Amino acid sequence: MSSPVTKPTNGVPYAVVVGLEVHVQLKTNTKLFCRCPTTFGQPPNTQTCPVCLGLPGSLPVMNRLAFELSMKTALALNCTIPHFTKWDRKNYFYPDLPKGYQTSQFDLPMSEHGHLNIFSEENEFADKQIRILRAHLEEDAGKSMHDEAAGVADSRIDLNRTGTPLLEIVSQPDMSSAAEAKAYLQELRLILLYLGVSDCNMQEGSLRCDANVNLHIDTPTGTIATPIVEIKNMNSFRAVQRGIEFEVDRQYKLWQKDKQVLGDMPKQTRGWDEATQVTRAQREKEESSDYRYFPCPDLVPVVVTDAEIQTMRQQIGILPADLRKQLLDDHHLTTHTAAVIVNQGRGFADYFLALATTIGDSRLAGNWMQGEVLRTLNEQEQSIEQFKLAAAELGELLSFIQSGDLDNSKAKDVFAAMIQSGQTAADVMLELGIEKVDSSQLEELCQRLVHNNPKIVADVQSGNQKAVGALIGQARNENSNVDPGQVRQICLGLIEKL
Amino acid sequence: MSIISKSATQQREMLRTGELTSVELTTAYLEQIKLRESAVKAFVYLDEQRALDTAQQIDVRRAAGEPLGDLAGIPVAVKDNLCTQGVPTTCASKILNGFVPPYDATVVAKLKTADAVLIGRTNMDEFAMGSSTENSAIQVTNNPWDLECIPGGSSGGSAACIAAEFAPLALGSDTGGSIRQPAALCGIVGLKPSYGRVSRYGLVAFASSLDQIGPMTSNVEDAALLLQVLAGHDSHDSTSANVKVDSYVENVTQPLSDLTLGVVDEHYGEGLDKEIKASIKEAIEVYESLGATIKHIEMPHASYGIATYYIIAPCEASSNLARFDGAHYGYRTEPSSVDQTPESEDALTRMYRLSRAAGFGDEVKRRIMLGTYALSEGYYDAFYLKALKVRRLIRQDYDNAFKAVDLLIGPVTARSAFKQGEKTSDPLAMYMEDLFTVTANLSGVAGISLPCGLTATGLPIGVQLQSAPFQEDKLLRAAYMFQDATDWHQRRPDF
Repeated sequence: MSSPVTKPTNGVPYAVVVGLEVHVQLKTNTKLFCRCPTTFGQPPNTQTCPVCLGLPGSLPVMNRLAFELSMKTALALNCTIPHFTKWDRKNYFYPDLPKGYQTSQFDLPMSEHGHLNIFSEENEFADKQIRILRAHLEEDAGKSMHDEAAGVADSRIDLNRTGTPLLEIVSQPDMSSAAEAKAYLQELRLILLYLGVSDCNMQEGSLRCDANVNLHIDTPTGTIATPIVEIKNMNSFRAVQRGIEFEVDRQYKLWQKDKQVLGDMPKQTRGWDEATQVTRAQREKEESSDYRYFPCPDLVPVVVTDAEIQTMRQQIGILPADLRKQLLDDHHLTTHTAAVIVNQGRGFADYFLALATTIGDSRLAGNWMQGEVLRTLNEQEQSIEQFKLAAAELGELLSFIQSGDLDNSKAKDVFAAMIQSGQTAADVMLELGIEKVDSSQLEELCQRLVHNNPKIVADVQSGNQKAVGALIGQARNENSNVDPGQVRQICLGLIEKL
Repeated sequence: MSIISKSATQQREMLRTGELTSVELTTAYLEQIKLRESAVKAFVYLDEQRALDTAQQIDVRRAAGEPLGDLAGIPVAVKDNLCTQGVPTTCASKILNGFVPPYDATVVAKLKTADAVLIGRTNMDEFAMGSSTENSAIQVTNNPWDLECIPGGSSGGSAACIAAEFAPLALGSDTGGSIRQPAALCGIVGLKPSYGRVSRYGLVAFASSLDQIGPMTSNVEDAALLLQVLAGHDSHDSTSANVKVDSYVENVTQPLSDLTLGVVDEHYGEGLDKEIKASIKEAIEVYESLGATIKHIEMPHASYGIATYYIIAPCEASSNLARFDGAHYGYRTEPSSVDQTPESEDALTRMYRLSRAAGFGDEVKRRIMLGTYALSEGYYDAFYLKALKVRRLIRQDYDNAFKAVDLLIGPVTARSAFKQGEKTSDPLAMYMEDLFTVTANLSGVAGISLPCGLTATGLPIGVQLQSAPFQEDKLLRAAYMFQDATDWHQRRPDF
């Protein structure tokens, strides 16, 4: 293991080992084994039928679209897709699992052996490949709502979510820090969003992450591993990072006290408590170690052809890593600008590409995308798809900057007016009376100002360059269209020649 | 001959010509039920009023010249493990107490589309686990041929119902012999279709890879008539086969020429009762007299059938029955109302444990425990996986057999109907009732039980024919040939 090693003061060095299990709700209209809708936030138990309620006698029928979305995702994660896969039952009792088993995949998952590359913009760690063990499809459980207010235990079950297709993506324990784990999860989320297979909303639970964490500690007698802990209930990227950081610290301190190593105790599950920012041991499920997996006799195995795999591969489209490379290599953006654009999602990136093509200047397009456009979207809480200006319309505005008809600050004013009124750049400029000032006109204006303001000229001559600002102010009062930069340059030149 | 002694095929014709109305027919059966049900106890739920209302509507529609379904106006009894919208479905278990399905099983929907008159729900062994219908949590059904005897099981209610002339047609389900064995013991016709021939959607699952729904009738033409309605692919059941359905009704009376029957020597071992052995021999001779060729067939793995079945079926059952947990529907023991020990147990686990302990009967619990054990870590390979391998070998035996012969012929049961209570304390003796029937379920082939004799004490004997998967047409035609040459199907119990 070549993991970076942490060296605590007054302690022994250790390496952090993290593997992630990510559950992704797939964006299908209907559930995995019935035709019920998967819409989030509906009144409890209104999106159910005999099949997802697990009523006696009901039978599942696979939703082929869910399987196709899984294949597309697995291929984007560089997984291999076996030609034969099957469904297994994972048996356990819980009220939000109405059949008493979850239909999942055990020994023959629909995909395996993939990888994903992570990097750190802030150079927290070196670029790295994280291996993916497998990705398999399964049905989601319902939701239990426990209300123990007033001392009266009152549990309610909502089965709307039951049967929603869930892709479980299991990484190898290849991450060596909380930062790497967060980067993996962010990159994975971005890939899923680019593929359009999931909403990836951690708050709504369409993207869920459990982390398996332990430490490899150097001791005089060799490297030992601490018992593996699975952290659950991490509902944001920040929680994932904090949870792992907390757990690393906790395990190190605990090991110093009890010297327990892997194998001394069963795998523990701990829940991340957002309010107190600690992980807490969850009740051990005694039966949980034996799910009595066996092939589901109600479903037929799935056979996948090479042609189907090829079709899904063709539907993948551009992925974040490819796009990032394209923005750096072909568009010569800075790493930061490229990252900002890619991270905003596929629609934002497409907008940028269209804009850059329209105006033939990627840097200018990039600056505006990460500046004014992003700021406006954030202010108005809009996605790029809801953005008022088409790339061609914004392109027209930027072309006035390129031609010198607008300076950057004026362009921002015009942009704001375009957003407000929906007018074109040319119309706004006409309305505001913005037009390019003729260079001889500008020269004449500057000469007049220099001539009429001997005091200011004297100040400048005595070394106070800032004094020229007063001339710029007068120039703008006379003609609002003058470019302040040009006025400054011409005036200083004239004064020097005096 | 009383109208209720006629075949459904004949009744259908009389209804069509206006010689008979559905209300008359339904009323005739309801009167027979009123007269005799207290002695037989075939029904767990009689739907008298709804049946008469349906019959009335069908008569009105017929009078108006409206097009009607293939079973228009004919009463059908349904085993209590087939979901029917708005009608209690209990599987003869306490744990489904109060459960009323909000949907129809595909076969029930098909009966409704065919304008059948659903007359009531028949008794069964709890969750179809048993061979005597004594495992019902509701009542014990008596064999109309000897009221002290069991009717067989698990579809004992449906079999007794046909034998007692409470309905001309009934649905049963067969996981290891649950249609064919009670059919044999009650002297009626029972057909287990090939796996996938009939949709299982809405059949409360016992063992999903073995369960099939099939017709139970007093004669072969009626079995063809009912199967015609039931058979076919269903988009709600992934395991239902997309295989063409033959014209059973049209073809059933057409004899087969060049029929080759296979006799499995392993069937004639020590366990087989002498009278039954003699009846089967006679049945074979009947076929020979009809021009059939008899071949001896080896089924080297058939003797492992019971052992294999009693691993696979409980494994699937242990998972299928997990949903009956007291949380969502049916029976529940409130943990607050009883002893709160052990203390380590949380309220939820206690509710599960107490509800399942009180809701399931002994045989069901026995099989849940068997299956849970066999699927457990460390035992899976030795039991479940090994059983799957043997299952494949048994299927190979059948594949080889059907390369040499058209159908297999043999006994359905080793003995005729036994007395109530005789085997309740000996589960293994009860399991042996499935000896000649389970291999068909393990292999997915079709099987039919036909009346072929009576014992000295007047109890029915059945002969079994089996065909390769989806050869029901051939199976029914061969069965009709036997029926046409004998009169066993016309015998009725005097009770």
